[in-house]
Amino acid sequence: MATTAPTAAPHTYGANGTYPPHPEGLIGGNHDLASVGDKIASVVTMETPTPKAWWPIFLVGFGLLNGLGIALLYLFYAGVGIWGINQPVAWGLAIVNFVWWIGIGHAGTLISAILLLLHQKWRTSINRFAEAMTIFAVSCAGLFPLIHMGRPWLFYWLYPIPTNMAVWPQFRSPLAWDVFAVTTYFTVSVVFWYVGLVPDLALLRDVAKNKWQRMIYGSLALGWRGSAIHWRRYEKLYLLLAGIGTPLVFSVHTVVSFDFAVAVVPLWHATIFPPFFVAGAIFSGFAMVVWLAIPLRRFYGMGDFITTRHLDLCAKVMIATGFLVSYGYFCEVWMAWYSHSLYEWESTMQRMWAGPYWWSYWALITTNTIIPQLLWFRKVRVTEWMLFLVAGSVHIGMWFERYVIVISLSRDHLPSSWGRYAPTPWDYLTMFGSVGLFIVMFTVFLRVLPMISITEMREMLPFGQGGRDGHSVMENAK
Amino acid sequence: MTHAHDDTAAPATYGVMAEFGTGDDLIAATRKAAAAGYTRMDGYSPYPIGEVADALGFPRSEIGAIMFIGALCGATFGFLLQFWANGIDYPLNVGGKPFFSWPMFAPITWELLVLTASLSGVIGLFALCGLPQPYHPVFNVPQFARATRDRFFLCIEAVDPLFDTTAKTTTFLATLNPISIEEVPE
Repeated sequence: MATTAPTAAPHTYGANGTYPPHPEGLIGGNHDLASVGDKIASVVTMETPTPKAWWPIFLVGFGLLNGLGIALLYLFYAGVGIWGINQPVAWGLAIVNFVWWIGIGHAGTLISAILLLLHQKWRTSINRFAEAMTIFAVSCAGLFPLIHMGRPWLFYWLYPIPTNMAVWPQFRSPLAWDVFAVTTYFTVSVVFWYVGLVPDLALLRDVAKNKWQRMIYGSLALGWRGSAIHWRRYEKLYLLLAGIGTPLVFSVHTVVSFDFAVAVVPLWHATIFPPFFVAGAIFSGFAMVVWLAIPLRRFYGMGDFITTRHLDLCAKVMIATGFLVSYGYFCEVWMAWYSHSLYEWESTMQRMWAGPYWWSYWALITTNTIIPQLLWFRKVRVTEWMLFLVAGSVHIGMWFERYVIVISLSRDHLPSSWGRYAPTPWDYLTMFGSVGLFIVMFTVFLRVLPMISITEMREMLPFGQGGRDGHSVMENAK
Repeated sequence: MTHAHDDTAAPATYGVMAEFGTGDDLIAATRKAAAAGYTRMDGYSPYPIGEVADALGFPRSEIGAIMFIGALCGATFGFLLQFWANGIDYPLNVGGKPFFSWPMFAPITWELLVLTASLSGVIGLFALCGLPQPYHPVFNVPQFARATRDRFFLCIEAVDPLFDTTAKTTTFLATLNPISIEEVPE
């Protein structure tokens, strides 16, 4: 339970020594093995007082969460008629929010799995809270299909559970695929997150300040003691989970896009949808990582670990995925024109120009394609407030992307079946309530679990500072 | 490596533990101990060091095989479930699609493959490592709390054939230039 700085003993790296700057700018300050753990764990053990900004953010989230509770109670009492949905737009904000939230979740898995396989050292500082973001975002996402069902207490009908009615789910339906994809994604994300947490929980057990902390973290750490044999199995598992999590990320959002693409609705029935949705998911997910990283730097003083280099790299991923998404928008219009399909082209014109919701299409193009071009400027990428605003624009843009897709149902091939859709206050209360749910879960997470992986940050330290100069799971795992 | 104590006369000590300041010291010490003929020992570090496991003679873990079997079971179950439910037990004609439309079964088959592979891997890890294990003799050493912080430990266990007396092993460990040496009570 040593909490003091390491004493001058043989082989001990100087606690107050100065180290050369990190060659890749990924770790700032003068950190060694002990100081990394102390800095991150002190937030959880309450040695670092809770930042003043934590309370207003938490309380706003808590207020919105109560709004969600009220909206859900009334929904269960009155039914989905309280929402603006009707024919022809039978899927309203519920599906918009579902796809939006699940897209946000994808960056967490991308960072923890794909960047691990690609030897990207910069993932280490952001993977833990990004994985937490994934789990909370998927929780928010899962809420919407559930409550959209009308009779959510019968949700178990979606699972292939034998019943005396001898009725099975329709496995040829993308909606049934969705259930399996989202459930699997959530479960695997939780498992991946927890496995990564175990060594850090063992550390928290050893530095705990009171009996309760020691008991709770001790139970969660399962008696982890850092044995070399355990580490070898752990790294193998971690690598394989990353390897299997990578195609999982792609498959989940591909399946979500099938919800639309398998239908024969013009502009939905498109082969561009799966890759376009996956790129959009990573785009919005990185925007959320930026939205979380900047307050963490500012309020928790984590600038040594989440450096401007990290913000820069996140912004570059946003440019790349933003271009993929914009290519998708271009492709939709191009294919509608080039295919000479009357229905595709008419729907495109309705979407862009002639329909009542033309403005939402241009809001989407502005926020998702035009404004992110600012990220070409290095100054925008490394200036917190500018990057924050651009990421906010992406949140709005990605929400509008799904809104534009859903709203295109309002104009069918027959003018007699045209209709309008407007969300009701209950729609908005549910939507912002889900934001509250996310905020509450995330702020509580910051309080009780290390927001940055201590173990992996230690490995990241250069050799001279006690580390291994990078998280080397790829080489170690056998 | 499990720490099963199948010896009839259980020794009063679990082993002798040496403390090191760097990962490289631990690697060097483990290699020397292995060269000296010790086989029942374990290294402890705050982050994974592959060379220590290599020096301990544990070159490969079993997790890959476990996950492969789990994946195979999950995929087979997922595919057969859909085939049986939608093709045999409850055939439903939707838009003239064939009852056994196997490409439509690919997404759920894949998702179940991932799910069972991941869960079997995690359960396999905990089972092989004997976790959860709230009590372990190494926790009796006061300095060992720093194994999750900034120190590295090598513990030669009493069940090792070369472990005649504590004193002999302690003398050997002292040659490895550790920060401290402690006897680990059982």
